[in-house]
This record gives sequence, C-alpha cells and structure tokens, in this order.
Amino acid sequence: MPTAPVPDLIPAIPEIWVGASALALLLYGVFRGNKHTREVAWLSVLVMAVAAVLMFAVQDGRQVTFSGAFVTDDFAVFAKSLILLGSAVALIISQGYIRNEKMERFEFPILILLATLGMMMMVSANDLLALYMGVELQSLALYVLAAFKRDSLRSTESGLKYFVLGALSSGILLYGLSLIYGFSGTTNFETLAALYSGPAAESPSIGLIIGLVFLIAGLAFKVSAVPFHMWTPDVYEGTATPVTAFLALAPKVAAMALFARVMVAPFIGLLDDWQDVIIVISMASMVFGAFAAIRQTNIKRLMAYSSIGHMGFALVGLAAGTEKGLQGVLIYLSIYLVMNIGAFAAILTMRVKGTMVESIDDLAGLSRTSPMMALGIAIFMFSLAGIPPLAGFFGKFYVFIAAVEADLMVLAIVGVLASVVGAFYYVRIVKIMYFDEPAEPFERPIGREMSAILTGSGILTLLFFIYPAPLVGWAQTAAAALVP
Amino acid sequence: MVDFPLLSLVTFLPLVGAVFILVIRGDQEIVARNARNVALWTTLINFVLSLLLWINFDKTTAEFQFVEQASWLSDAISYKVGVDGISMLFIILTTFLMPIAILASWESVKTRVKEYMVAFLVMETTMIGVFSALDFVVFYLFFEGGLIPMFLIIGVWGGKNRVYATFKFFLYTLLGSVLMLLAIIVMFSKTGTTDIPTLIDTVFDPGLQKWLWIAFFASFAVKIPMWPLHTWLPDAHVEAPTAGSVLLAAVLLKMGAYGFLRFSIPMLPDATAFFTPFVFALSAVAIVYASLVALMQTDMKKLVAYSSVAHMGFVTIGIFTFTTQGVQGGLIQMLSHGLVSGALFLTVGIIYDRTHSRAIADYGGLVHRMPMYAFAFMIFTLANVGLPGTSGFVGEFLILVGIFQVNTWIALVATSGIVLSAAYGLWLYRRVIFGVLEKAELRNIMDLSKREIAVLAPLIAAIIFFGIYPAPLLDVMAVSVENLLDQHTASLEATRAIMLAGQ
Repeated sequence: MPTAPVPDLIPAIPEIWVGASALALLLYGVFRGNKHTREVAWLSVLVMAVAAVLMFAVQDGRQVTFSGAFVTDDFAVFAKSLILLGSAVALIISQGYIRNEKMERFEFPILILLATLGMMMMVSANDLLALYMGVELQSLALYVLAAFKRDSLRSTESGLKYFVLGALSSGILLYGLSLIYGFSGTTNFETLAALYSGPAAESPSIGLIIGLVFLIAGLAFKVSAVPFHMWTPDVYEGTATPVTAFLALAPKVAAMALFARVMVAPFIGLLDDWQDVIIVISMASMVFGAFAAIRQTNIKRLMAYSSIGHMGFALVGLAAGTEKGLQGVLIYLSIYLVMNIGAFAAILTMRVKGTMVESIDDLAGLSRTSPMMALGIAIFMFSLAGIPPLAGFFGKFYVFIAAVEADLMVLAIVGVLASVVGAFYYVRIVKIMYFDEPAEPFERPIGREMSAILTGSGILTLLFFIYPAPLVGWAQTAAAALVP
Repeated sequence: MVDFPLLSLVTFLPLVGAVFILVIRGDQEIVARNARNVALWTTLINFVLSLLLWINFDKTTAEFQFVEQASWLSDAISYKVGVDGISMLFIILTTFLMPIAILASWESVKTRVKEYMVAFLVMETTMIGVFSALDFVVFYLFFEGGLIPMFLIIGVWGGKNRVYATFKFFLYTLLGSVLMLLAIIVMFSKTGTTDIPTLIDTVFDPGLQKWLWIAFFASFAVKIPMWPLHTWLPDAHVEAPTAGSVLLAAVLLKMGAYGFLRFSIPMLPDATAFFTPFVFALSAVAIVYASLVALMQTDMKKLVAYSSVAHMGFVTIGIFTFTTQGVQGGLIQMLSHGLVSGALFLTVGIIYDRTHSRAIADYGGLVHRMPMYAFAFMIFTLANVGLPGTSGFVGEFLILVGIFQVNTWIALVATSGIVLSAAYGLWLYRRVIFGVLEKAELRNIMDLSKREIAVLAPLIAAIIFFGIYPAPLLDVMAVSVENLLDQHTASLEATRAIMLAGQ
C-alpha cells in the first residue's frame, strides 16, 4: 500500500511546538498538582514566547503545506503575533485573580494554551476543513474556560450558555461549509479562488451563496457581530474576569483575522455578493454596540458591548474588500488588542476589601484615590472612543479611509456617528473617575507584572501617534499577502 | 534661524512643562506651588519664544513660513507645520493669553492644582498646533485632541452644572468634527495627500465641493459657534472655571473661523460662493438674536457668552464678504474679541472669586469700593461695544466697510447689532458698577490685588494699543489676505472655465 509522503512540517513548527508543549505541561501539571499552577502558567507564557520566535525564524513568504490545508504568510504571522501577545498577556494578568479567587488549577494555563493553538490554526487555515478544526479546538477550550470558576453559579451558567450558543454557531458554520463544498466541489481556498475569480470565473450558484451566508453567520457569531452577538454580554459578565479578558483579546483577533482570510482569499471574486452582508452586520454592530452600552452599570457588560461595537468598526475595513481595507482591519485589531489589554488589566485590579467589584460606580473618584490608575483608564477610554491623538483614533482612521475609497460613504457616515454615541459611554467612565466623589478605594498594591502591563499598554496607547509608521507598514505587507 | 524648529518648539514646549509638573512629588502645598510656578514660567517663556516668530516673520510673502516637515504616517501624510499672516497672530494670541490664564487661576483654583496646570499646558499645545498645522491629519489631531483637556477642565473645576455642560460641549464638538474627518478622508482619497498647501491648489468637482463644505461647516459652525448650533456655548462658558472660559472664548471659538479661512474658502471656492448667503443669514440672525438674548440675561457670564456669539457673527460676515476690508476686519475682530472676551470673563471671575455669585442682581455700586476694577471693566465694556480707540472698533468698522460693498441689508442688520451690543454692555456696566452700594456682602469687598492688576494690565494695554495703532496686525496679514482672495477668485474662474469647456 503506498504511504502518503510526510508533509513539510517546517511552516507549522510554531503550532507543533505549542501543541507538544501543551501536552507536556499537562503531564507536568498532573504529576506536580495544583500547587504548581504558577509554574505552569509562566512556562506557558514562555512557550508562547518561544512560539513567536519560532514563527519569525521559519517565516519565509508564503508557504503551503499539509496538502494545501495549512498556510503561513505575512498575514498569518501578523495575526499570530497579536494572538500570542494577547494570550500571553491574558495569562499574566490572570495570575493574581486565580490565586485570590481559589481558581488555582493547573488546567487554566493549559486550556489557554490549547485555545491559542486553535487560534493559530484558524488564521493559518487554507482549507474549509482546517478552518473548522481550528475554530473547534479554540471553542472547546474556551467553553471549558468560561465555566472554569466552577463554584460560581454565574460562571457555570455563562459557560453553559456559551457552549450551547457556540455549538449552534458551529453547526451553522459547518452547514455553510458543507453547502460550499457541495456546490463547488472543493474545500481548498486556492481552488475556490481559481473557480470564482480571475479570467475563468464561474458565476456562483445560489446554493453556494447560501453556504457563504451561513459561513458569514457562523463567523459573525465568533466575532460577536450583531445580530449574532446575544451571547457576548451574558458570557462576559458571568464568567471569571480573567476569562472575560482572554475572551475579549486573542479570540476576537483570531476570529476577525480568520473572517478576513476566508472572505478575501477564496471569495474575493464574489465581493459583490458578500459585501452587502458585511456592510449590514458592520453597521448594526457599530450602532447597537454604541447605544446598548449607554445604560450599562457593570463594567464587564459594558466592555462586552464595547467589543461588539469595535468588531463592527473592524468589519468596516473588511466590507471594503480591498488591500487598504485589510490593512485597516489589521491596524484596528492591533490597537484594539493593546487598548483592551490595558482596560482589562485595570478591571482586574478592582478589588475592595478582598472581593472583586465590577460596577462602574466603584470607579467613582478614582482620580483621587489612585491618580495613575485613573489616568491609565482615562487614556484607554478616550482611546476606545477614538479621540485623537490616542491610538484608537488611528484604527478608525484607517478603516474609514478604506471605506471611503471603496465608495461606502453610508457605512462611513454611520460609523463616525456611532463613534460619537460610543464616545458618550466611554467618556462617562472618565466622568465617574474624575468628577464624582471618591468611593471605597481599591486594594493596593497591584503587583509588579500588573503595573508593568498597565504602564506598557498605557504608553503604547498614548504615544502611538509619535511613531506609527512601523505598525502601518507591517500591516500593509500583511494585507498585501492576502489580496492577490 | 532657518533650520531651527522654532514653531515645533513653541508648540511642544508646554508639553515639556506638563511632564515636569507630572513628576513633581511631595507635600500637597509644595506640589501646588511648584505646579503653578512651572506652568507660569513655561507659558511666559513660550510667549517670548512665540514673539520670535513675529519678529522674524516676513511680511512680504504669502508663502508659509517656518515650515517644518517630517515623515509620519506615510509619504502622503506627514508632520508638517508652518504659519502665514493669517495663522501667526493666533499663535501669538494663544501664547499671550496663557500666562494670563495661569495667573488668573493662581488663587481661585485650590483643588488638584497639579492636574489643572497639566490640563492647561496640554491645552496650549493643542491650540497652537491647530493654528500651525499644515497637514490635515495633524490639524485634526490637534483640533480634536484639545477636547480632552477642555472636557476635564470644565468637568473637574467647573461650576454646579458642570457635568451636563462638559458633556454637551464634548459631544457637540465631536459630532461636528467626525463629519469633518470624513471630508478630510474624502479629500485624501481623491488626491492622495493631506498636505494643506497642495489641497488649496487642488480644484475639486463643484458637486463634491458642496458635500465637503457641509461637512466642514458642521465642524466649524459648532466651534464658532453659529446660530443655531451655539447652544453648547452658554453652558460651557458659564460652568467652566474662569481661565477655562477665557480660553474657550478667546481661542477655541477662533478655531472655527480660522477653519473657514484656511480650508473652506480656499479649497472649496464654488461651494463657498454658493453657501455665502446662507452664512450671511445665519450670522445676521446670530447677531440680533444673541444680542437680544444677552440683554435679558441675569447671569454675567452668560451675558458675556451670548455677546461672544453675536461678535462671532460679525466675524463670519466679514470673512464671507471676500473683500480685503471684510476679511481683514474679521481677523482683527477675532484677535480683538480674543482679548476683550477673555478680559470680560476675567473681570467677572474677579468678583466671582470674592462673592461666589455671578448674578447681576447681587451687585451694584462697586465703583465705591473698587475704583480700579471699575476702570478696567469700563475699558473692556467699551472695547466690547466697539468704541473708537479700542481694538474692537477697528474690526467692526472694517467688517462694516466690507459688507456695505457686498450687501447693504446684511450691513443694516449688522450695524443694528452694534447698537444692541452697546445696550447690553452698558446696561450690565451700570447695574454692576454704578448705583448705591447697598448689599451687605459688598461692603467690605476689596479692590484689585497686585496679581489681578498684573492679569488685567497687559490686556488693557493691548486693547488700547491695537485700537489706536492696528498697523502691526494689518501689515502681517495684508499679503496673506490678498493672496487668499486672489486664490479664491482665481479658482472660481478656473472652475467656471472647466464648466464652460465641458458644455
């Protein structure tokens, strides 16, 4: 019996490394027990750092392997850098919480590691099946993480909710994939691209379009775009705060990057068919995210609506369907990641008398009880609102450039107006911190790694405008890798 | 001198001061005292440096001077700054008023002095940046960036209703600005650059011009503010701390009119011509309506705020006459109003510090206890009315000369505005200063302190000096204004030629 040749493993070295390390750490954890969670966590961070190094070491333009199912290119490298950064930071900022809340179990870092592996596979998918595998590996790890605080009713409830709705979305996604396969006869992105764009483009059958819509619906679920956003506020609010932070960081970036790849790489020829769908969910997300957040009193819930809105803005770039648009998406995601790292690190320090608090009013008068923290949060909030010269403005600037150049004026106008509404609730937090009378002060000190991450992300957000060229240039290279 | 980045130095020196203040540590009293001193010295040094701009300014050219360029976002979007005869004087106005504003808050601001001074210094950078930016994105960054410190200044150190006022200010301005951002992006996508001098030379399609003009108008009209978009102004001015009101009235309002001069008129000449009657109508309404509203105010700060709306109506009328006198008059009026309205807010602030009341009814007969104060207040009131010999007269007179050449009806309405301004100004003065001093709490009110004299004296000097001898200002702006008008006419003709050729 002829055996299949061993595929070229070099391009997938970072993923293989992360997978193998996760299993090794799992064994280590099993033998050493929960007392060694901290070691496992830091080792996981190390694993991610090494993975990043490996990724840059083997990076060599576009490489395809595993019979065309797996690809690394500049786009994947860009997205994976963000994912690794987001996951590693999420793991670091969760240390204090899991220690204080008696969640110190060694599975926590390992689940994050496995989710990260799934995300890395997502953005490297070059085949509908590889895509689905990546999404599921990520999702399964996340379902467990969401319910990780198993003594808490809210956490288990949100885990269950996330699982049921997530499974539904995976079903929708899979249904879409099978329709696409059924009507095109292939699952490979390159073959699909050859079928539907270029000189020999076929006009797509209606079945394929339906499949595409299901695919979009499934992915919209993962990025929590309206109208598939319902799970987000509940899960964000219910689950343990470090898990919320993790959910808002790397998985959002990964899902959006995957979204961009699967829309553009195989289906750019069908832009006219999918563009309107993206425009509608983008507009709906921006507007809904902005208005729904106004009445929130729980900071985690507020951040959930905020992330819905932000995904809407990132989708503006995707709706343009151009290289500029993808560049905008990538810049937006990078800045989104940094701002949210800071915001969630700050939320994780909201402890009063030994218990975590998560009401916005608990921030009252923070500018007097701890001025530096208030300054940091103010920077993140103004940046999330997109007020220049903070980093958040540049993210919006680039996606709107792409939208205007693609003649999507209505989308751009709705977007900027939604950003004004959104500014209201971000600025309200600044108001509470700076104008109101002080509430109970938070527990201090917050620990060295926390201060380091807050300072780092704060400085990046504040001073990004001085030298934005490297990120802009890198995002351009990455976007160019995707658009033929 | 050529290669020295003087303009950037003037722009960013206040930030250096702000960083200094941020690192001050220690006892609250010491921190407050040091913060005040650092802020005062920074702004004073910055004023002196900015005078170098004036001294080295070449009055014979309409080209941008002190130009600096550095690569930034991409090849198309760079950090570029420079000044011409229109923008240079606003930078001087800003740097001149800043030490005054700091000195005016010396004693009245007691809480969170450090943050207060930082906010003001950051504010100064953004204001100077707005007037010196020669790249649209840089301009937008400064234009919008200024919202953050002003939001905090009103919200933290403002009056009773400060939260409402600061949110209204923030969201109104932001709403206008984001539409301008879209216009900037559209221009960028059409031309591939955001370089302001290049865009001034670009001819845009007349149909597109109208949309762009509306988007710009949304931003600038809110900022000026033009009736009926002015409603944020009385709230913000009233609730802001004195020095905040000074900056709002003296500098922030000018950004809108400056925007018209720098962008709308030269870049979008056809749309400007199309919308001129509209601007005239709004301005005329603003003058009469705001004056009448000012007449009925019981709160002194509100009265001054409405008088600002009326005076800015004059400015927009002057600018949109496209006559040399009108535009020069508009510019002089802006500078003069910067001095006068700032001074009026300061005078109101001085008695507010003593009695903590802004109600006109709570005063009367102050001349008996405060003769020096009465004198200063008189100068400012008369300058606000536009009495010859004060800077207010020069601007209003030139504007009226300009508008009479263009539209007599508007001129008629505008002139009536001067009468109304005399009515509310002098009436306010009579009620506060003259009469019998019968209120018990005013019996022991003290006249101006040395610090307050130091605050008001430079303003009095400038108002009278430029009222008698406005030539230094007119000389600086003359060539740039001529050039602006020539460009405007030339590009109008250029589009006409294109349209004719197309037919």
